[in-house]
Order: sequence, then C-alpha cells, then structure tokens
Amino acid sequence: MEVDPKKCVACANCVPVCPMGAIYIDPAVNRATVNLDECVECFTCHRGMSKEHLNPTLVRAVRRVAKFFRFRFEPEPDVCPTDALTPQELAWPRVVRRAFSDPLVPHESTGIHGRGTEEVKTNDVTGRVKEGEAGFTIEFGRPGVGVRFRDVQKMTTALVALPVEFEDKNPVSSLMTDRATGALRADVLDEKVMSAILELKTRLEHVPAVLARVEAVAQGLRTIVSIGVSTRCDAAGDDRLAPVLAREGYVFFRGKTNLGLGRRPTPANA
Amino acid sequence: MTNTLHRFGAPETQRDDYIVFAMASKGINDAGSAEKLRSFLALAVKHGPVNVGHAIKGGMYRPSENLTPLAHWSRPADGDPEAVVRSIEEPSTVAAVFDDVAKVEALLRDLKAADLGVSVNIASLAAEANACCQRAGITRHSIEYSLGFHGDLNQLPDRHVLELSTMCGHGMVSHNFARKMIDLVRENRRTPQQAAATMARFCTCGIFNLTRAIRVLEQARKGE
Repeated sequence: MEVDPKKCVACANCVPVCPMGAIYIDPAVNRATVNLDECVECFTCHRGMSKEHLNPTLVRAVRRVAKFFRFRFEPEPDVCPTDALTPQELAWPRVVRRAFSDPLVPHESTGIHGRGTEEVKTNDVTGRVKEGEAGFTIEFGRPGVGVRFRDVQKMTTALVALPVEFEDKNPVSSLMTDRATGALRADVLDEKVMSAILELKTRLEHVPAVLARVEAVAQGLRTIVSIGVSTRCDAAGDDRLAPVLAREGYVFFRGKTNLGLGRRPTPANA
Repeated sequence: MTNTLHRFGAPETQRDDYIVFAMASKGINDAGSAEKLRSFLALAVKHGPVNVGHAIKGGMYRPSENLTPLAHWSRPADGDPEAVVRSIEEPSTVAAVFDDVAKVEALLRDLKAADLGVSVNIASLAAEANACCQRAGITRHSIEYSLGFHGDLNQLPDRHVLELSTMCGHGMVSHNFARKMIDLVRENRRTPQQAAATMARFCTCGIFNLTRAIRVLEQARKGE
C-alpha cells in the first residue's frame, strides 16, 4: 500500500487503523507514509476507511486555520477525507503478503477466502478428521502481530519428525518445497504476513507430543502462535479429545462446534 | 480459516457471544448453495442477531465510498441485515452473531427443520454450544477447541484492547484502533455504541459482536 502525497492531508486517521502499525506521519514531508517492510498488504486502510473525495488543497487550508486557532476538530475516526491510500502493483514474492493478509483474496491453492481451509467447519461433509484423530490449526501472527515465513519454517521443520500429516490444500503447505524437511520456498522467507495457518492431522494418542513440540518452538519465535485442536465426536456427541487436553494441563473453554447438518449431495439432488 | 475461534476473554466475558455460521464444502456441495446460504441467513435475521455478514460481500456495518462532510455531524445509519441477505449470490461463508443463547437455540430448531444440507457451526463457549444443541435436539458432529495464545506474549496489548480486536479474527480491527476507541469513550468524545459501530465497519465478515464491544468499552471507561 502506498499513500499519494498529492492527496494526503496528514489527518493521521489511517495511522491507528493499520493492524501492523506500518503507517506514520513523516515530519519531513508532513504526509502519511507506509513502512513497506512492515506493511502486509491487508488493505485494511484502503478498504476499511470510508472516503469523502474532498479537495486536498481545501482540506489542508481548513486544517491550517483550525491548527492556528488551536481548534480541536473531532472528525469521524475511520474516514480518509481525500482517498489518498493507493494500492500498488504487487509482484512475486510480495504478492504473498496480500494472499495471507487480505481475507477477501482467495488463495490459489485452496480457492478459499481467508488463510486456511475449511478444516472442521465442513467435517460433516468432508470427513477429513475422523474419530480417533485430531486436526491441528497452528496459526502464526495472530492477533495483530504478523509473522515472517522464516518463523513459520521453524515450526514446519520441527514438526516433520513427528507422526503428522500436513493438510494438502493449505496455503502454507503449498509453499513447502520439501515435505520431508518442512522447508518453505526460500524467496518468501522474509515476507511478512498478517497470519499464516499450518494445518495437520495426527492420531489422538500423539496429541501431547505435537502440543509439546509446538509450544517449545513457539517460545523461540518473534510472534504469537494460536493453537486450535479438533476431533470428530462420537454418536452421542462426546469427544475423546477433551480428556487428553485436560490431562496435559490445558485450560480450554472456547470452541467451534460443527452441528452435523451438512451432507453430500445424493445422485438425486446433485 | 479460524477467524471465529480465538476470541480473547475469560469465560464469563463470552456469555453474550455466539457466532453461528454456514458454509458449503468447495467441490462437494457448493453447487447451488447460494440459495441455501441465503435461507440460512434469512432464518438467522428472524431471530434478531447483533451482526450478520457475508465473507465476500461484507457485514451489515460497512465503510462508505461516498461520505459527505456532513457525516462528521450526522453519520448515515448503517446496519441493514436484509441487505446482506439480498447480497448473497455465490457460495461463501455467511455468519450471524447473537448475544443471547435463547435466540441461538430457536435458530437451531429452525435450521434442523429447514434441513438445508450445508454445514453449520457455532463459535462460542464449547459447553454452552453443546448444551444448546442438545436442547434443540441436535447431536454435534465435530468440535475444535481453542488452546489460546503462545509464543512471544510480550507483544500483546492489554485485555480490553484484546477483547475488542480479537472479535475480528482476520485482524482488521487493529490493536491501535481499538485502543483509540477506548480512549475516545473514556474522554466522552464518542459513545460506546458509536465506537462499537466504527470498529464493526472494519470487520469484513460481519462477526464483530457489538453488544460485547459496548460492554467492554463501558468496562474500560470505568477502568474495571
């Protein structure tokens, strides 16, 4: 993302809006400026702020007068008065930033809007995670911190030694050059994104070992790691995962519950 | 996509937060699913959600492309759930946020009767969702638990900011913006309702819970 200096009036409304804190008012030019190394191309500033399309010269004049008299104007905080935020053409590898940061851009690898796959949300239709299995969503960079793929690779390379199966249709998996080592494409390692989700599956009995490895690696990363673990419930709606997590000392109360209302189309209604 | 799973806050701060969402599985049952998703959301709207959204088209609180300067004194009202329902033309994820478990239970009964065939999930306190399902005569199929945040926790802001910012799981409500909204409310320059609606406009999926946000802003104002 860039800021058009001809349009920007340095109102600074966009400064706190940026999830990565990458926008600031440069005192040398008195214009909003984007730190492109920290910008993850999430488009929050461009899409999320309302626009007025006002004349920049007029707005600057009004602001100058108000500033002289020390008037405190309280504008709507989510408005860019002159539509100064300007998307730039993204080339490889920078385009990866937007794919992992802007929820309105579908990943080519999955066709899903967002950063991961359908995971257990459609498990009633796909049967991806079965009874006796656990699905992991290991998310890096969330909430509001961001991550570089170099940190993601530290986790993927540490997990390959365990009995886990990486989800094929996953944006992070699609960046792996070697499933045996967990190595990611070298040209994306320094790219920063809002978040990246590693998805894998294992047997319930291996859940403690996977969690221990994830926690150990997370301690050495310069980001946040959010962990989600899922399983298929039995016919009574009970799950065997909760006792495993409780034994491991985890406190967990929030969850995503698949109601089982989805179904595959039958030949008659396909 | 785990954008509804990791909302920050102790259990007692999540009892007015239920996200019910529907989606079809790509390549399996997504053909012709737009009509089913529209039916889902129409049923949800009937029960009075505090927010609804479509993952591609946006939520009922949206930014405007053409505001006039008069908006600084009188902002046009937003928040039309019917507009979101009408906008569904393609398969995606559609969501409705509720602040009352009784409304969720009533919706589940409707959904069971409607038998739409698309996947429906509830992101909330897991035990509350399970009990709600049982009361509605539904046996849950799968469960995903949030194990919270790990790693470099020094980078996280305070709890009020986190409770607000994590209500958009895609991270579109920044920590700094949530903090600014708290400050505006504490300085009595915005009402909690105005601040909550302003943050909701950034959440493209429409899963930001305004009821919970207003409560958090009130607590932050008093330093609770």
